[in-house]
Amino acid sequence: MRKMIEGSRAVAEAVALCRPDVISAYPITPQTHIVEELSQIVADGELDAEYVLVESEHSAASVCLGAVAAGSRAYSATTSQGMLLMVEVLYNIAGMRLPMVITGVNRAISAPLNIWNDQQDTMAVRDTGWLQLYAEDNQECLDMHLQAYKISEDDRVLLPVMVCMDGFILTHTYESVDMPTQEQVDAFLPRYNPLYKLDPADPYTLGGYIGPEKYHEVRYTIHRDCLAAKEVVKEVARDFRAAFGRWAGDVIEAYQCDDAEVVFVAMGSVVGTLKEWVDRRRAAGEKVGVVKLRCYRPFPAEELVAALSRARRVIVLEKAVSMGGYGIVAAELRAALHGQANVPVTCAVAGLGGRDVTMGTVDEMYDRARAGEADFFADLRAEVLQES
Amino acid sequence: MSATASRRKPPLGVITRPGTSLRNKTGSWGIMRPVFDWNKCTGCNTCETICPEGCIRHLEKKQYEADSEYCKGCGMCAAACPAKAITMSTEHR
Amino acid sequence: MSTQPFTYELSRGFLPGHRACAGCGQASAVRVVMEVVGPQCIVANATGCLEVFSTPHPESAWGVPWVHSLFENQAAVASGIEAALRKQGKLDQIRVLAFGGDGGTIDIGFGALSGMLERGHDVLYICWDNEAYMNTGVQRSGATPFAASTTTSPAGRASFGEDRPKKDLPAIAAAHGIPYVAVASMSYFADLRRKVKRALDIRGAKYLQVHVPCPPGWGYDEKDSMEVGRLAVECGLYPLVEWENGEVVRVRKIKKIPVEDYLKVQRRFRHLMRGEAGKAKIAEIQAVADANIKKYGLVD
Repeated sequence: MRKMIEGSRAVAEAVALCRPDVISAYPITPQTHIVEELSQIVADGELDAEYVLVESEHSAASVCLGAVAAGSRAYSATTSQGMLLMVEVLYNIAGMRLPMVITGVNRAISAPLNIWNDQQDTMAVRDTGWLQLYAEDNQECLDMHLQAYKISEDDRVLLPVMVCMDGFILTHTYESVDMPTQEQVDAFLPRYNPLYKLDPADPYTLGGYIGPEKYHEVRYTIHRDCLAAKEVVKEVARDFRAAFGRWAGDVIEAYQCDDAEVVFVAMGSVVGTLKEWVDRRRAAGEKVGVVKLRCYRPFPAEELVAALSRARRVIVLEKAVSMGGYGIVAAELRAALHGQANVPVTCAVAGLGGRDVTMGTVDEMYDRARAGEADFFADLRAEVLQES
Repeated sequence: MSATASRRKPPLGVITRPGTSLRNKTGSWGIMRPVFDWNKCTGCNTCETICPEGCIRHLEKKQYEADSEYCKGCGMCAAACPAKAITMSTEHR
Repeated sequence: MSTQPFTYELSRGFLPGHRACAGCGQASAVRVVMEVVGPQCIVANATGCLEVFSTPHPESAWGVPWVHSLFENQAAVASGIEAALRKQGKLDQIRVLAFGGDGGTIDIGFGALSGMLERGHDVLYICWDNEAYMNTGVQRSGATPFAASTTTSPAGRASFGEDRPKKDLPAIAAAHGIPYVAVASMSYFADLRRKVKRALDIRGAKYLQVHVPCPPGWGYDEKDSMEVGRLAVECGLYPLVEWENGEVVRVRKIKKIPVEDYLKVQRRFRHLMRGEAGKAKIAEIQAVADANIKKYGLVD
């Protein structure tokens, strides 16, 4: 059914359709509307779930861990500082191979304190073993949540999934979305059927410590299974199309890339801006394109190489930076292309702390990259830097 | 796990089976063992209750014995016995 | 001499073969508790002595479903288990327990514990109090008593050891207004059993703190855990109190012995046993015991 609703509301409704048994949440801007909407859905009796209002994000993730370990489906959402506060729990959940879904609303990281959008927070947890999907718009976001549980609970995966959506840009924006029915979702997503759980009928010990004789192999299996999950992401996308009649999947989307000489690569809502920029430049006869990196973990190296190897230059627009190192996605992309295709990759950091990425910003990146700059911050304002 | 027989095994290192500590024979830790004087025993069950290993049992009401496979020889039973019916000894049974 | 082999059922909850030190007060108390709890339970256990000595993969001393996550989140994990069981309709049949040491409860796990108590989850939280971070080498915690020597609050030429009073977590737990809070001791196992039974009969959040003497950490011969624990209670330093809904309902009366009888048998207080400065500290500790006795009416 078509509705004009806020992105947060779309996520809340989609999550409710997945029938989580336990929801655990701690409020933090700009995730708050998601957890508020879910509270109302539960309070109105539209979703039968245990809603645990915890005292911190570390506990929010821990409540989800306990709930899934006990055999129930769980959900939480967080952003920025909250994401960082729960980092060790995220590692724990992935390491214990517990399937669940958390919405990672993308927001800048303190210090300085900033509540607006960038992607530093979810980039900071890329090593945890969680799968990461980045949504371009609210329809894609809600669809990703529906797919996320199916991917996560698949016996071949058994890893938690983080659905990433840009704070304010998506969470607080009204878009027309097609929300499926409960019947459709029930047919697509069966009840959680745990492979193992805490149960006196068949008691297990979970979380025993492991020494050097085995830990190395355990970590390998997480990495191996995370990589293998890429095929499950694609498979679930095909199942989704069969169930809901629309394509909302695959690990990348290549837009106007077939004959493109310069291709942008980006994640999240900024892809929409880049598509608009591509359309304008194409109208002027320039051969440009954009690749949306939809599934960032596992990193779809093969698919990116295939989409980019014919380009003359790739520009990665990053809403994050590894301090003292530079680009994160750019570095991984350069590694993937190494030995496969001789395409120079530029890293352009943009949009930190909610700085708008405009057509002008993209123009600047395009010009500077073609002039041969390898790594730079776009839209760096001299008058601001001069203050110090 | 019988219901999941057709599914995969749990991922590596995630599960430890219950009670598998029994393969670790901690009786090798110590050299002392409790010797129970069944004539002095009052059957209060203190020794069986407080043993950190849980390796003391009684056969009949006042016939206590320790499992030398797990007894670490700490001597708590002997020290706590109200009837002084237990002595620690290096002479094993 | 018996020819019947010893058997150990999973239903005991906690089985032999674990790697606790010989004479471990905590292992002794855990066994007592698990016999009362029975097999219909799920345990969320913090990082610490108990977790480490009971679950070196691929061995586990647990016969009940048991999960270890992190150091400070066992109360939150237990909250999640409880919520899941409530949704599954199984909370009446299965008891949820959370275990943590004094470090994991009183220090790093304090926030999550307080949240769990405030939300009133139907969970019995048990703090195994050996008064320091024993698993990592006897470092000071908020539960370390005044003037005790630990590896991070050592007695030395310029210090008499821990200079802060013991954090009163039972009173803090009681201040949450939860239905039941109790303090118990490994040395009084009948009392401990009664308190576990009482807690399990109550629905809602329960906190139980158990004093568990530690031979290597406190410095006494491993056979004497029962006696050392008894001295702690009888001198008034470890009052065995019960609260219901924030009010004291019961205390265990003591005979009252001088604190020195308790302090002198432990190496962690040995530095107090010489000189005038040591005597002065012992007097301060006696004042703490006297305050407990007065506050809770421990002596008839």
